[in-house]
Amino acid sequence: MPEVTLQKISVAGGTESAPPSGPALIEVKRLSLHYGATRALKEISITLPERLVTAFIGPSGCGKSTFLRCFNRMNDLIDNVRIEGVVKIGGHDIYGDDVDVIELRKRVGMVFQKSNPFPKSIYENIAYGLRLHGLKAKSELDGVIETSLRGAALWDEVKDRLHASALGLSGGQQQRLCIARAIAIKPEIILMDEPASALDPLATARIEDLILDLKRDYTIVIVTHNMQQAARISDHTAFFYLGELIEFDTTKKIFTNPTNKRTEDYVTGRFG
Amino acid sequence: MSHGHTTGKRTAGWMGIHRGHQARPVERLAEWFIVGVSFSTIAVVFLIFIFVGKEALPLLLGRENSALLTEVIPAADLEKIPPAKLRAYLDLTPEQFAAMDKETLKALMEVREEALKEIPEEVRKDQDARVNTTEWRYLVLPHQWSGYDKPEYIWQPVGNIHKYNLVPLIVGSLKTTLIGLAFAVPLALGAAIYVSQLARPRVKEWVKPGIELLSGIPSVVMGTFALIVMASFFQKIFGYEVRLNAFVAGIALGLAVIPLVFSIAEDALTSVPRAYTQAALALGASKWQAAYQVVLPSALPGVFAAVVLGFGRAIGETMIVLLVCSASVMSWSIFDSARSITTTIAAEMAEAVSGGHHYRILFLLGAFLFAVTFVINLIGDVVIHRLKTQLEGKRA
Repeated sequence: MPEVTLQKISVAGGTESAPPSGPALIEVKRLSLHYGATRALKEISITLPERLVTAFIGPSGCGKSTFLRCFNRMNDLIDNVRIEGVVKIGGHDIYGDDVDVIELRKRVGMVFQKSNPFPKSIYENIAYGLRLHGLKAKSELDGVIETSLRGAALWDEVKDRLHASALGLSGGQQQRLCIARAIAIKPEIILMDEPASALDPLATARIEDLILDLKRDYTIVIVTHNMQQAARISDHTAFFYLGELIEFDTTKKIFTNPTNKRTEDYVTGRFG
Repeated sequence: MSHGHTTGKRTAGWMGIHRGHQARPVERLAEWFIVGVSFSTIAVVFLIFIFVGKEALPLLLGRENSALLTEVIPAADLEKIPPAKLRAYLDLTPEQFAAMDKETLKALMEVREEALKEIPEEVRKDQDARVNTTEWRYLVLPHQWSGYDKPEYIWQPVGNIHKYNLVPLIVGSLKTTLIGLAFAVPLALGAAIYVSQLARPRVKEWVKPGIELLSGIPSVVMGTFALIVMASFFQKIFGYEVRLNAFVAGIALGLAVIPLVFSIAEDALTSVPRAYTQAALALGASKWQAAYQVVLPSALPGVFAAVVLGFGRAIGETMIVLLVCSASVMSWSIFDSARSITTTIAAEMAEAVSGGHHYRILFLLGAFLFAVTFVINLIGDVVIHRLKTQLEGKRA
């Protein structure tokens, strides 16, 4: 049994061969993550291409969200976390000693599972990130805020109440605002941690359309529990199980003809 | 087969739903009890205010007269003067007056006449001896008392002439309270932000109880410490003239207020969803930026409540100011002494003649303090409510 697992990892580790479309943007080599004595991620190696949507799927607790958070170093905030291995984005080791985490997070944006707009106005929600990165002039702010809200397909709904509190928006609108906030600072990668899991089907559909739209300009990595969602929006899919990367391939292959038995069981709903 | 058969005791079928309020008698009793307790709390506060107000009322209605000298009414005139005037002349309560027969009244009038005659000549010449010092203008406006070269605010309740100017006490209370808050609020808020947002769990475990331990120090101990240690220490540093002054009292007051403001503000900051911090960090904010720009504004209603409560605690604190400084000088300088309202009440109530003008003035001060705290809390509530609606995006 362990041999089988190791074998599978090495298959996934050699992903340069697996789904080759597009130049590689994120390269992970033998990444392990420990919470205290527990190892949450085990020697994961994966290469994610540019300007495509990659979906991470797997049962709860399989480590997919933890892995996602390695890309913008949000795991740094948790005490007792130890990370081994290499994560390179655009050829740079993001865990290097000289890395400015703030600059990294500017380039790797994130959208969370539960929409979390600040208790400020819609305008201020987006302006906050922009100001953090030095954009101060009102006219410029106005411009970028409008573009971002249009980019997140929210502009028409909120243009008349930009200065009203963001908490007055519906759940779906709040999540799109969070996406607008993330894209306002022009990241290259957007990490999405189950962005639609708290939304109704209609709002989910809008978010999914938006993701397909954003794909043109951004590299998107999305964690999802919803298999149909992964099938609908992603180009590549990675299946995680108990902290290991079991299989990584094109979404089509994962859902129609997976190599690994466990992947097949999971995507066909036999466990998970 | 059908419902109701599972437990033998229940009424068959659907009859059980008619048990109504008999269903859970203990819970119901407990609920009544709690409701009773909460309402009686409100009632007690209300009763206290009535009591304080009642004692101060004669003063507000101008029925008190503290003038040392009045015209002598000869005992023979007993029948001629109106009863109300006689009662005021003899300084009696209506109940006492009603209980007395003519003989007693006559005797009292003679005693009063004697007493008035015994007032020494130099006092008799003093123009102030005829002044009713409980009138409003003497309570709140400066007055040029004989022997002074300009109008002044003076609190000197004991002596031939009772000088009851309230302004020095109000200034004293404000001075010590504001110094205390100016010292305590930034420190307490800084500590609250640190403990709730920045500190590692290990540090938090030590710092939080440490600060909260401060609130366990009795104010009498804190006052003594300020009186003996802090006063000398600060005098050495700042080199001011008056060793026991409003500044020392304010700092000691601040020490007493810090744990209160800290613990409420810390709660408010900790209850801000972690998601806000995460969102800010994911956008590229540093931990500090997230704390100051996102968490603090989100916790503002709670933080403001902490400051309002701190104000209430500081203005109501008695012992510290009583021990550290208590000369009622009229001065806005923080390095002069101060006598606060609460200190005055605590120090003088025991000596004031029950029902006398001094006694009533002290109750007036109490009612004033009550009103100030009430108004501050009311304003605080309104502001907190506004902030909350603003944050939650509801239309006010």
